[in-house]
Amino acid sequence: MSLQSEHRNGPSGLSRFFRRGPWENFATFLIALGIFMLMQPFSIDLFSYSFAVILTGTVGFVIVSHFPE
Amino acid sequence: MTDQPSGRSADSLTDRVARATPGAVVQRVRGLSDTAIAWLFISPTILLLLAINIFPLIWTVYLSFTNYRANRPGRAIDWVGTRNYERLLGNEDIWGYLQATAHFVVWTMVIQVFIGLSLALLINRNFKGASFWTTVILIPMMLSPAVVGTFWTYLYQPQTGIFSYIINLFVAVGPVDMIGSVDLAPWSIIIVDTWMWTPYIMLLCLAGLRSIPEYLYEAAEIDRANTWQKFWYITLPRIMPFLMLAVLFRGIENFKMFDMVVELTSGGPGSTTEVASINLKREAFEKWRTGYSSAFAVILFVTVFGLGNIYVKALNKVKQ
Repeated sequence: MSLQSEHRNGPSGLSRFFRRGPWENFATFLIALGIFMLMQPFSIDLFSYSFAVILTGTVGFVIVSHFPE
Repeated sequence: MTDQPSGRSADSLTDRVARATPGAVVQRVRGLSDTAIAWLFISPTILLLLAINIFPLIWTVYLSFTNYRANRPGRAIDWVGTRNYERLLGNEDIWGYLQATAHFVVWTMVIQVFIGLSLALLINRNFKGASFWTTVILIPMMLSPAVVGTFWTYLYQPQTGIFSYIINLFVAVGPVDMIGSVDLAPWSIIIVDTWMWTPYIMLLCLAGLRSIPEYLYEAAEIDRANTWQKFWYITLPRIMPFLMLAVLFRGIENFKMFDMVVELTSGGPGSTTEVASINLKREAFEKWRTGYSSAFAVILFVTVFGLGNIYVKALNKVKQ
C-alpha cells in the first residue's frame, strides 16, 4: 500500500531528504574546508578548529554513503 | 603423459588431494556449510589484518588521550582527555609544519599537472618513437624515493653538482646551494618530486586522452572549432575525472611524504622543509612524546582518510 502510494506520489519527504548525493557533496565540502583550514597560513583560530571540521566531514561521509541514491 | 587433456589431469590432481587429506579432517569439513568453510578460509587473513592494521590504529587512538612515553615503559599511564589535541591544534610550530606540507603539496600538484598534461598531449600525437619516449619518461617513477633522494643530493651539490652547473650556463650566479638555502630548499624537494612523479600524472592523462572517441573531434571540425575550443570543450572535460584521480592520489601521497625529504634535506635548513610526517617522527622517536605524537598521527590519519573518501568518490565517477 505504502509502496504503491510512494510510486504514485513519488518518494516520501523523509526519503527525499536523506538522499546520498547532496549529503555526500556536503560532507566532501566539509572535508575540503577542514583541510584548507588545517594548512592555510592566515589564522591560527581556523587551524585550531580544522580537525573538528575534518572529523565531522569524514564521519558524516561514512554515514551518508549508506543513504539510498 | 604430457598430451593428457587438462580436465583429466585436474581430476587426477583433485583425486590425489582427496586421497591425501586425513580422514579426520574430511569428516570434520563434510559437516560444515559453505559459509562456514568460506569463513574458515578467510579468517587467517582477517585475523592478520586485525592484528597489523586495526589493533595498532585503535591503540594509537587510545594513546592519543594519554601521556604515555614509550621510553619509560614502567611509568603509569595517565588519561589526559583531549589535552594532546588542544596543545597540538594551538601550537604555532605544528601550524608551520603543516604550512610547509601545504607548500610542498600545492606546488607539486600544480607543476606536475601542467607538465604531465602537456606531455600526455604530446605523446598522444603518436609521432615516430612515441612509445620509446613514453618508456624513457616513465623511468623515474620506477625508482625508489630513497635512491632518488640520495642521487639528487649529489646533483644538488653547489660546487660539483650538475644542477648548479646547468643553472650557471643560463645565469651566472655562482654555486647554487639548493639544499642549504632557506629560500631554495623547499623548491629542491618540489623539483625532485616533480621529476619523479610527473610521469604518473602523464600516464593517467594519457589513459583519459585515449578514451576520447575520435568522432567528437570530427564533429568539432565540421563545426569549425579551433584547436583551443576542441581542447576546452572536448579534451579537458573528458580527462577531468582522470586528472582529479591523479591529483587526489598524488595529493594524499605527498601529504604523507617522508622518505625522499629525509634523504634530501632531513627537514632542514632549520625547519624550513620539516613536513608534518618528519615532525611526527621526531616527536615520537626522538623526543619520545608518544601520547602527543599519537594525537598528531590521528589528526593526519583522519585528514588522509577524508581525502581518501573524496578519492573513492572520484574513482566511482571515472568508472561511470
